[in-house]
Order: sequence, then C-alpha cells, then structure tokens
Amino acid sequence: MKLITAVIKPHRLDEVKEALQAFGVHGLTVTEASGYGRQRGHTEVYRGAEYTVDLVPKVRIEILVDDDDAEQLIDVVVKAARTGKIGDGKVWSVPVDTAVRVRTGERGPDAL
Amino acid sequence: MPDGFSAGDTAFVFICAALVMLMTPGLAFFYGGMVRVKSTLNMLVMSFVSLAIVSVLWVLYGYSLSFGPDAGAGLIGNLDYLGMRGIDLNALTGTIPVTAFAAFQLMFAIITPALISGAIADRAKFTAWSLFVALWVTIVYFPVAHWVFFFDGGNGGWLGDRNGVIDFAGGTAVHINAGAAGLALALVLGKRIGFKKDPMRPHSLPLVMLGSGLLWFGWFGFNAGSALAANGVAGMAFMNTQVATAAAMLGWLAYEKIKHGAFTTLGAASGAVAGLVAITPACGSVSMLGAIAIGVIAGAACAAAISLKYKFGFDDSLDVVGVHLVGGIIGSLLIGFFATGHVGQTASGLFYGGGFTQLGKQALGVVVVLVYSFVLSWLLGTAIQKTIGFRVSEDVEVAGIDQAEHAESAYDFSAVGASLARALSTPVTVPAEKTEVDA
Repeated sequence: MKLITAVIKPHRLDEVKEALQAFGVHGLTVTEASGYGRQRGHTEVYRGAEYTVDLVPKVRIEILVDDDDAEQLIDVVVKAARTGKIGDGKVWSVPVDTAVRVRTGERGPDAL
Repeated sequence: MPDGFSAGDTAFVFICAALVMLMTPGLAFFYGGMVRVKSTLNMLVMSFVSLAIVSVLWVLYGYSLSFGPDAGAGLIGNLDYLGMRGIDLNALTGTIPVTAFAAFQLMFAIITPALISGAIADRAKFTAWSLFVALWVTIVYFPVAHWVFFFDGGNGGWLGDRNGVIDFAGGTAVHINAGAAGLALALVLGKRIGFKKDPMRPHSLPLVMLGSGLLWFGWFGFNAGSALAANGVAGMAFMNTQVATAAAMLGWLAYEKIKHGAFTTLGAASGAVAGLVAITPACGSVSMLGAIAIGVIAGAACAAAISLKYKFGFDDSLDVVGVHLVGGIIGSLLIGFFATGHVGQTASGLFYGGGFTQLGKQALGVVVVLVYSFVLSWLLGTAIQKTIGFRVSEDVEVAGIDQAEHAESAYDFSAVGASLARALSTPVTVPAEKTEVDA
C-alpha cells in the first residue's frame, strides 16, 4: 500500500475530489494547511506597517491506495490540481505497512 | 414647562445623546477589529466598561464637578448637584431641560476614557483599567469639561467661557485629552512583547469598518448636537462633519497610496475618524469649504503621524496619539485660521481678518489640556502600576488576555473544518460552493 499526500491550492479541491471519485477512490482525508514553496508569500500593509506573509493557505489531501494504483492515481491528482501557475503544490507517496478498518477490523488492502 | 423651553430642541438633543452613546460600542468594534484574535474581547470590554463606570460616577458627582456652579476661577464645578439633587424637573439649560443636557454630556464623558484604551491594547489588567477610568474621569475629564464646556455668561469655565477658546464639541476636552492620556499610558505600560518584531495584523477589518461606520453615524449627534438646539448652527455643524470626514478619508488614502502603494480599507476607516476628530472643535465656526480644508489636512497629517510611534519607540498600539491627539491639535489650531466669524461663534481666524488673536487662544487651549492630561495621566498610571500593577504578566500577554482576564474566547473555531466538509459533500439541488479563495 501507499499513502499519497497532495498539498494543493484550496480552490482546486473540487476538481481533485471529482477526478478521484471518477477514478474510483472511495475515501480520502482533507485538512486545511498553510505553507510556501517557490511561490513564497506576499506583503500586506496596515497603517503603514508592512508585513510579509510567508505562509499561504493550502489544502492537504491524503489517500491510501493499493501499490498497483499509486502511480496512476498520482497522475490523476496532478492533472486535476494543475493551473500552470506558480504555487500549484506538491504530490508525493510513501509506503504504508498496514491499515485497519476500525469498524470491522479488516487489515491490509481489504481495509481500503 | 417654563418660558424659553423648546420641545423641538429637547427632542433633538435626546436623540443626539443616544447617537453619542452608540459611539462607544462603535469605538469598541473599531478598536476590537484592529487587535489580534487573542485580545478581541478585552479590547471590546475596555470601552463597554466605561459606559458602566462613568454613568454611575456622573450621577454621583461627575455632573456636579463638570457643570455645577463654578467653585472659583473657572477651574471646577462645586458640589451643589451631588447625586443630581436639587435639579428641578423643569430647570433649563438654554432651551432644554437640565436632564437632557446632563444626558448628552454624560455620553461625552463615557467615550473620552474609552478612547484611551487603544493605546494600551493587549496588555492592561482589567481591574487596573477600570480603576484608571474611574480616577481619570474624576481628576482629569470632569475638570477639563468644566474648563471647556461650562458657560455661565463669562463666569463659567476658564478656557471656553473666560478666555474664548473655541471648542464646539470637544477637540480639546475629548480628543487632545484622551490622546495625551493615551501617550502617557503607552509610556507607563511599555511596549507589547514583540513590538516592531512580530506581526500584529488587525484580526478583522470588517469589524473595523463596522465600528468606523457607527462612529461616523454617532458623530452627527456629537457635533450637531453640541449646538444644543435644532437650528442653523446644528445644520452647519452637521454638514461640516460630513464633508470634513469625507475629505479626510481622501487625504489619508492619497497619502498612503503615494507612500505605501495601496489604498487600504484600514486607511479609509482611519482617515474618516481623523476627519471626525479634527472637525469636532471647528464644526461650529468654519464654513463648509473650511471644513473640507481641515479634513484634507487632518487626513494626510494623521496618516503621516502614525509612523511617529515607530520612530520614537512608544507602543501606542492603535494610534490614539496619531489620530486623536494629532487630529485634535490640528482641528483646534486650524480654527485660528478658518473661523469665519459669522457661523455660530463670532471670533474670526487669520484667513478672515481676525489676525492672530484667535490662533493664540486656540494654542492656549491645546497646550493647557495636553499638558494637564499628560502629566496627571502619567502620575495616575504610574501610581496604579506601582501599587496593584497595571500590566498583565508576560505569560498572560503571550497566551492572550481574553482567557486570563475574562475566561472567554471571542470566536469558536471548533467549526473551522465546516467549509471543507461542505465542499466535499455532494449537494442535491444547490450548486457546490467553492472553498477558500486562492491566496
């Protein structure tokens, strides 16, 4: 199994979600996140005091998938999240030892 | 009612008193939106508690000290009206009942100490602040109101009635007074932890806009109501208030666009308040064109003045000095130039053939109130700091004063995930909402 993590622009969440549903993903976890990459932040000014805001709002999506589906699913996420402008985010995957469905106790790929 | 009573004037002044009352909650929102989330409630309630404390003191002895018969030399009222005793139901101040005048003036006494709170945002013990409000109105506001606002045919207050200082609605008694006290307290309490290093962005500009709108609305009562009659002077004051505020907003926006490259909503709100402050003393003595000039000057000058705190290193957190002290000084002094001599008050300024006489009187009023308020506020603040302590502990300040002092939080963030949950659900009939706008 693999855990795929995507950090994307918040307004691309709907597209990614729909693309994943079309691909057949049954579940995912979404959290609000903040961060920066090459995009960096922006400057704000309040009564003459300038602040550099480094961290911009992002959404983090986590999906557990079977090893065989991982590469294809990453492509799906990347395609749906891309706007072509700087700040589109990152997607990565890591191996997962085990997974358990809490309700039934099923383990491994059966729990996905 | 006795001869000289006017039902129209009375109704007008009662409505104006209610308008001025609304300025204090308006100020609370104006300030409350400018602080960080963790001290929102403290900022709001610092203003609200002034409504509670000053109202009670006003009836007990405040009205008597401010507007009781002069105790000598125009310095303070005597104690004839302690507890508002001896005030006949039908007694008049001008054409309105004394009760209407007392109600109207009470609202001024309430908002003046509330204005000071912006200078010491995020870091004052609430009990210490409450004590300060009670003592400050007693030894600073009540006497100064007597000096400026008490008229008794040349035997009234020593600045307004005896020396001809023009202050129609409180440029000296309210704004210079509060601004100088704010400077004193900012010095006594010291800088917030992280001043000039940590970002201290306003947590809610919509709240600031709401507050400035309420202030603007209430200010018509403050200024036009100071005519104490529904007449032509009130009309002039009303229009002057509107155009000076408008011009000041433009002045502030122009300054910050040139200096910082953006028109900001906080600048629009701040410019409006600066204009309201500056026209307050002058709205009964200048023409509408004069009011526009005063507004533009005050808007740009206050926008420049708010950087003083960084230059001199005092943490006047929400710019009580830059807006109220500087705006009050500008408005009070410009009367010496723009007073027409035929609107409301009779003295003429420099631009209307009056020479330097009125300007000199205005300067006297400015200096006296500034020095008196600064010195007594500094002594009072220092005395509180050395006894019960004025400033919260470092832990409390970092963690947030709302929870330590009030055992509450301004906002419930437990539902923050709701926007995402909504985006993820598939609506049956309504189109899906987009989530957060991209940065």
